[in-house]
Amino acid sequence: MAERTQKQKPAPSRTEDTVEAAPAVAGSGDKLKAELDDLLDEIDGVLETNAEDFVKSYVQKGGQ
Amino acid sequence: MAIPKVCGIETEYGILVRGNANEATSNPVSASSLLINAYLAANRRVGWDFEDEHPGTDARGFSVDDLLAPSIDTHLVNAVLTNGARYYVDHAHPEISTPECLTAREALVFDRAAEEVVRASMDAANRLLPDGAEILCHKNNSDGKGNSYGCHENYLVARDVPFARIVQQITPHFVTRQVVVGAGKVGCEAPGLNANDVPYQLSQRADFFEEEVGLETTLKRPIVNTRDEPHCDPNKYRRLHVIVGDANMSEVATYVKLGGTAIVLAMIEDDVLGDDLALSNPVHAIRQVSYDPSLQRTVMLRNGQRMTALELQWALVERARKYERSHGLAAVGEDVGREVLSLWEGILTGLEADPATVAHQVDWVAKQRLVQGYAERHGARPNDARLKALDLQYHDLRRDKCLALRVGLQTLTDDAEVQRATSQPPLTTRAYFRGRCLAKWPGLIVAANWDSLVFDIGREPLRRVPMMEPLRGTAESVARLIDESDTPAELLARLGA
Repeated sequence: MAERTQKQKPAPSRTEDTVEAAPAVAGSGDKLKAELDDLLDEIDGVLETNAEDFVKSYVQKGGQ
Repeated sequence: MAIPKVCGIETEYGILVRGNANEATSNPVSASSLLINAYLAANRRVGWDFEDEHPGTDARGFSVDDLLAPSIDTHLVNAVLTNGARYYVDHAHPEISTPECLTAREALVFDRAAEEVVRASMDAANRLLPDGAEILCHKNNSDGKGNSYGCHENYLVARDVPFARIVQQITPHFVTRQVVVGAGKVGCEAPGLNANDVPYQLSQRADFFEEEVGLETTLKRPIVNTRDEPHCDPNKYRRLHVIVGDANMSEVATYVKLGGTAIVLAMIEDDVLGDDLALSNPVHAIRQVSYDPSLQRTVMLRNGQRMTALELQWALVERARKYERSHGLAAVGEDVGREVLSLWEGILTGLEADPATVAHQVDWVAKQRLVQGYAERHGARPNDARLKALDLQYHDLRRDKCLALRVGLQTLTDDAEVQRATSQPPLTTRAYFRGRCLAKWPGLIVAANWDSLVFDIGREPLRRVPMMEPLRGTAESVARLIDESDTPAELLARLGA
């Protein structure tokens, strides 16, 4: 998975109530949505074939 | 001034055997042993199972109770790796404790290295199993059926800090930091609640906390754990053992979890944080926060005020900024502290505006988008097994199945440093001494523990080297001595031991 390059913005001010100064993100909302759609397309091939059996069989002993 | 926040992280991994399991994998304890032994056998140069190599404890000439408790008290695997980590079976799970690290940045690298060790272990173990059988490991904290296992953090704290102050002042952070570092969970495992009541929550672990403070780790888990086992000079130090966290797949989350908590602890140690953020009912609040992905609900403070978890996190970050100006961030590493604060602020800002903007940093957001997107596309109801499968598979350590590797999480480490950290210790703590000596004289170290090494120098008695100072035994102070010594006897002579 390619690393996303991030530009770090200076510390946002807390004195203002508007939160326009969202951190720089890798893509716009549309791009994120498109990436999610691609992933969902891919996921049927990645997800365990019998999800119900897999989930049922996933039993762990309690730990700390 | 606060002492350096030496830290480490210990993770119990979920383990599942599939296919034609043979006797060796018939239960999770033996499967975990097989997993670890397969790794040790395939990587002969990186780890030693002390139980295997020294079965006759009586012959060692020292009291096992003194030296190794509780390391060797069963037949279970207990390996120390040349990177200074410990790899063992605990409560029917494979567990890796990273070596002691000077900063959150180092601990992040060693946490990632631990993941790679488990991945390599799965590969090695599966080569030994019959066709069609395999061992799977998950870096998560719950099976969705009410069974939880931990990802614990450890931080060095000065002994003279009153423990009551730590409990009082760290609790608001532990209750609210899940908005930043929660790993996300489909459904709910608290008594009487299910996925119809809580379709999705921020934390893997919040369902399992029933007390504010206490010694337990497996039942009635407390938000602040009181285990007092410093593994170093008990007169000077405390090791705060933190059991409340989730295992993170996001590197940013691991980094901010460790670095942010270290900063809060430094503020507590320097007594600048104050008591005014104390919550009226932390156990109730930790679940309430976890059950509210909208981040809108408020929790009640002891002073009667109500704040959202985000507002409480902002209050902590603002105080941390003030602390940075008044005291500096040397206790957590100046550069690391600055970077952590900046990431922490960025995440809070993003969560306030639109959580989707931090889906590349926050595990619960990344997982939620996946689950919601899938549910919408397939019309899946909250208790649909496919949604729980997505949750489990987010944490699956098989590269071809792991969903966390597919959601575009930001990375902070590079492959080379992670790979190096699977076999080489950090340079900046006593783990360096432990790891280097194990690598150089594997056959002559008869016991390795967090705070001592026991050498066989070729004559009676065995020689024990105590390591009660976490910041002694660094590369700077002992690298040359180890390089130039041909035998442990020579090393010990040069150390003046």
